[in-house]
Amino acid sequence: MYTEKVMDHFSNPRNMGELDDANGVGMVGNAKCGDIMKIFLKVSDDGIIEDISFKTFGCGAAVATSSMATELIKGKHIEEALKLSNAAVVEALEGLPPAKLHCSVLAEEAVHAAIKDYYERMGMHEKAEEIAENEHFEEHEAPREH
Amino acid sequence: MDNAATTALSGEVLNAMMPVMTECFGNASSIHAYGREAAAYVEKARAQVAAAIGAAPSEIVFTGSGTEADNLAIHGYALRNKKRGNHIITTTVEHHAVLHTCEALEKQGYEVTYLPVDEYGLVTKEQVEAAIKENTILVSIMFANNEVGSIMPIEEIGKLCRERKIAFHTDAVQAVCHVPIDVNAMNIDMLSISAHKIHGPKGVGALYVRKGILIEPLIVGGAQEKRKRAGTENVAGIVGLGAAIEIGVREMPNAMAKVKALRDRLIDGILSAIPEVKLNGHRENRLPGNVNVSIRYIEGEAILLMLDINGIAASSGSACTSGSLDPSHVLLSMGIPHEIAHGSLRLSLSDYNTDEDVDYVLSKLPEVVAKLRKMSPLYNG
Ligand SMILES: Cc1ncc(COP(=O)(O)O)c(C=O)c1O
Ligand code: FES
Repeated sequence: MYTEKVMDHFSNPRNMGELDDANGVGMVGNAKCGDIMKIFLKVSDDGIIEDISFKTFGCGAAVATSSMATELIKGKHIEEALKLSNAAVVEALEGLPPAKLHCSVLAEEAVHAAIKDYYERMGMHEKAEEIAENEHFEEHEAPREH
Repeated sequence: MDNAATTALSGEVLNAMMPVMTECFGNASSIHAYGREAAAYVEKARAQVAAAIGAAPSEIVFTGSGTEADNLAIHGYALRNKKRGNHIITTTVEHHAVLHTCEALEKQGYEVTYLPVDEYGLVTKEQVEAAIKENTILVSIMFANNEVGSIMPIEEIGKLCRERKIAFHTDAVQAVCHVPIDVNAMNIDMLSISAHKIHGPKGVGALYVRKGILIEPLIVGGAQEKRKRAGTENVAGIVGLGAAIEIGVREMPNAMAKVKALRDRLIDGILSAIPEVKLNGHRENRLPGNVNVSIRYIEGEAILLMLDINGIAASSGSACTSGSLDPSHVLLSMGIPHEIAHGSLRLSLSDYNTDEDVDYVLSKLPEVVAKLRKMSPLYNG
């Protein structure tokens, strides 16, 4: 059911573990199945993600998307990392079964949460607010119909 | 290690099926010699199935699966006996073949009581007794649970139902050939069987229906199976079921003693090698081949994938494996919290498993668990 790419990232996860000198940490839970993902960031003074790692309690897809997400944004500027979408992660993994798409959302949210934490630690509260607002917006997008 | 899901076809069963798939292609309903030969095969299998559970051959209806047998028993009985009442008693830990049939009946105006289970996944005779009402017509309680292996007090419940003149059905798909069954001694009125769980072929099952118990057919058409199940018989499958159940019951004392020893070694080995692991289900009162444990801080699907990489097939009650994203209804019914159900692992053994298989799992599982725990944000080991 999983692509070779997914299985590769699941069995040899990249950037797995904790960063002792992280300056941004985000942990999010999946309301759907109860899984948890934690992202650690080490951001340089000029906003580059110098190092990144993850820890995940979840299925194969959750582990693989965490691994892939960290790989995709490592070395990038945080503003750019914020643009990482779950669709891009799924594409990089050469697809996920439909029932597993929600797992990739978790990776995106964990990255956002970690960057938000970084902004807060740096005293950049407005930036942090912005992320929170965006999440908020997304959450409320679906019920717009009524 | 996933024999509760399905089993390998036995060579002896295949040999019994071969002639039916090659030379004897007759339709068991035909008058001519080919048809009569096919009919003779079907009747021999019927006698084999009946003998395995202490029934008469005329009380066996062949079906297309264990699922169909459950549907036929519950739905068929409820439809036919509606005048006598509309209340059915079952449990929260049944297979979906039973649960979804009951839910469908609720939509048709039937009333269903789903008895809760204790921490081992068991109900008591007293619970059944307390749930009986004036309009109760049927009690359906599984013989043994497919996930945690718990064996229900079938004999006591059967006796109660007989005294109260209520029909008693049991889904014995996991129990047949694993524990002794006698429909008369146990006062069972209907009993579901599936061939592929006992080294028989897939896509064939049977329902035992006690003489005098009336059911409405769900599949109508020709007059096959005494009008209880229309459709030209799957002669090869039926022959396979007959052979599998005969062999299974014949070998049961030796085979199950062996399987039980493997099971106990596996349980003890896992519990002693891995910290923070809990056995789900009852330590003794469980199917000889069932092992079900919850491993803290890690998730079931990830365990299965990692075991699969190591050549071990298993199953899990985790939400991530369910497709519906809800963890196993059986584990939740037993009061196991969501996050613990998440790390559940079922290993089910058959008599084809060996000591080496158990050693292999015991050599690999601790590694797999350690690797996944290292990834888990919940684990501080
Ligand atoms: C307890 C129980 N009942 C019914 C079934 C369904 O049997 P079948 O696969 O033959 O439809 C199974 C098998 O999954 C089972 O374990
Ligand atoms: S994290 Fe639970 S299904 Fe993927």
